Amino acid sequence: MNTAMSSTTTAAVRLDTTTGLGRALETFAAWLLGLLWVLPLLYAVWTAFHPPEFSTHLVLDAPWTLENFAKAWRAAPFARYFANTVMLVTMVLIAQLVLVTLAAYAFARFEFPGRNIAFALVLVQLMIMPDVLIVENYRTMTAIGLKDTILAIGLPYMASAFGIFLLRQTFKTIPRELDEAARVEGCTPLQTLWKVYVPLARPTYLAYALVSVSYHWNNFLWPLIITNSVETRPVTVGLQVFSATDQGIDWSIITAATLLSTGPLLVAFLLFQKQFVQSFMRAGIR
Amino acid sequence: MTRTREWIYAWLMLLPAAALLALFTHYPTVANLVHSFYSTPHGARAAVFIGADNYRTLIEDPIFWQALSNNLWYAAGTIPLSIALAMLMALWVNERIPGRAFLRLAYFTPTVLPMIAVANIWLFFYTPEYGLLEQITGALGLPSHNWLGSKETALPALMVVTIWKEAGFFMIFYLAALQSMSPHLAEAAAIEGASRWYYFRRVTFPLLMPTTLFVLVNAVINAFRLVDHIVVMTRGGPDNATELLLYYIYEIGFRFWDSAYAAALTMVLLVLLGLTALAQFMFLERRTHYR
Repeated sequence: MNTAMSSTTTAAVRLDTTTGLGRALETFAAWLLGLLWVLPLLYAVWTAFHPPEFSTHLVLDAPWTLENFAKAWRAAPFARYFANTVMLVTMVLIAQLVLVTLAAYAFARFEFPGRNIAFALVLVQLMIMPDVLIVENYRTMTAIGLKDTILAIGLPYMASAFGIFLLRQTFKTIPRELDEAARVEGCTPLQTLWKVYVPLARPTYLAYALVSVSYHWNNFLWPLIITNSVETRPVTVGLQVFSATDQGIDWSIITAATLLSTGPLLVAFLLFQKQFVQSFMRAGIR
Repeated sequence: MTRTREWIYAWLMLLPAAALLALFTHYPTVANLVHSFYSTPHGARAAVFIGADNYRTLIEDPIFWQALSNNLWYAAGTIPLSIALAMLMALWVNERIPGRAFLRLAYFTPTVLPMIAVANIWLFFYTPEYGLLEQITGALGLPSHNWLGSKETALPALMVVTIWKEAGFFMIFYLAALQSMSPHLAEAAAIEGASRWYYFRRVTFPLLMPTTLFVLVNAVINAFRLVDHIVVMTRGGPDNATELLLYYIYEIGFRFWDSAYAAALTMVLLVLLGLTALAQFMFLERRTHYR
């Protein structure tokens, strides 16, 4: 691939300018769709930052306020919910990174009997995710006495087939020569993994971590089922408990609570937008 | 390293992940099948083998059939549209369109938000009389309508939320595929004088096919896996119009505490997911190379 790159740009430009009107229409459509896409969010922001009487009354000179956020914060133990979510997400991520790294290395670089069957059994989880096995997993958690703990929320997700698959693909692209060189130096397999594979797979780890954190920050149904107290509820469940119990229809407070609970993730996303998008892209390439 | 030692090493590294997978994926799948042939234990009364009774209940349960048909309609209504929109979005933000950074952000933001939060926002959006939608339709002189409260529009209203949430997510995969495409193709097409539409139809679209299949599988799984918005917005109502399979399982299992019947319902869901896996294996595996 050593053709001159400059000709590519000219060709692209020519392709672009073939239909002037068509392009204008497309740009218009793209913007219309973009505006439609942010509209519900902008509306939520409007409602959350204005007094309740303006929530359905869109006038430009409406006064701005943080009172709704203060009310929401006072009305429910959101600080505790946040702490729970942070604990959950951290715990799941650390466990996933360790388990997934070990398993991916075994699948990528070792020959052992039953490897293909074991790998197929791992891939089963891509289809049958813990999200649909709620009835049986609830029974298991009750039996081992973990019901209503943060550990119980995270446990079914810790051995992640997606992570094993993703990391195995990355490990396979690392030249075997590096592996052999490390072994000649006297490294054990675990040392080789730590010194050669893990550093070289850093972009994959970042991608996987971002996907995992946003997945578990947002997860709802299983935490709703398995938790039953303020001490264990993650923020998604807390938000639902808060907005479902007799808040009447004070939408200003509910939207404020909604923005509050998504705030950290949204801010992180806006700050690291590029990394987020690239991570999701990397995680999606198979 | 000897061969046996390598085996032992590999299996030791695999062990922690394998144990958790066995306990929370393989065991529950099998146990679910077994429990679906037993009755629900109540207090001191233990579960007894009742054969296919739960499945007989299931066949005669009109709500199950409605949930299944709702779910299929829901899948049919959300998947093609969100995939088409995702492709369109990706094509747009991959080009030098004015305001590309904003558009990319606008399309993708719904994806990073929790479904539960998004559902709250949309619930407000759809609220009769007060919601933004009512205000817009009211300003246009259209009659007031309770979108989530009437049987005809509740499921479509939820589909809109799903499409809005998922299109940006799928866009990312298309964007990745588009960016890995060789620019020489566009160059060659331009030299041949191909129109944009012709180029899309004959070059881009076929080259995106593996991505489309991958996205399709994910979309199908999500259509059966994600019911958070049902919990917030409709709770399956009105009159079971938005009852989806997993939500019905949740209701039976954790509101009526009939775990045996919930197990039978879960089997239906597992079979559907299994069929998806089979379809993927037959169509998708042929085109991608796992090695």
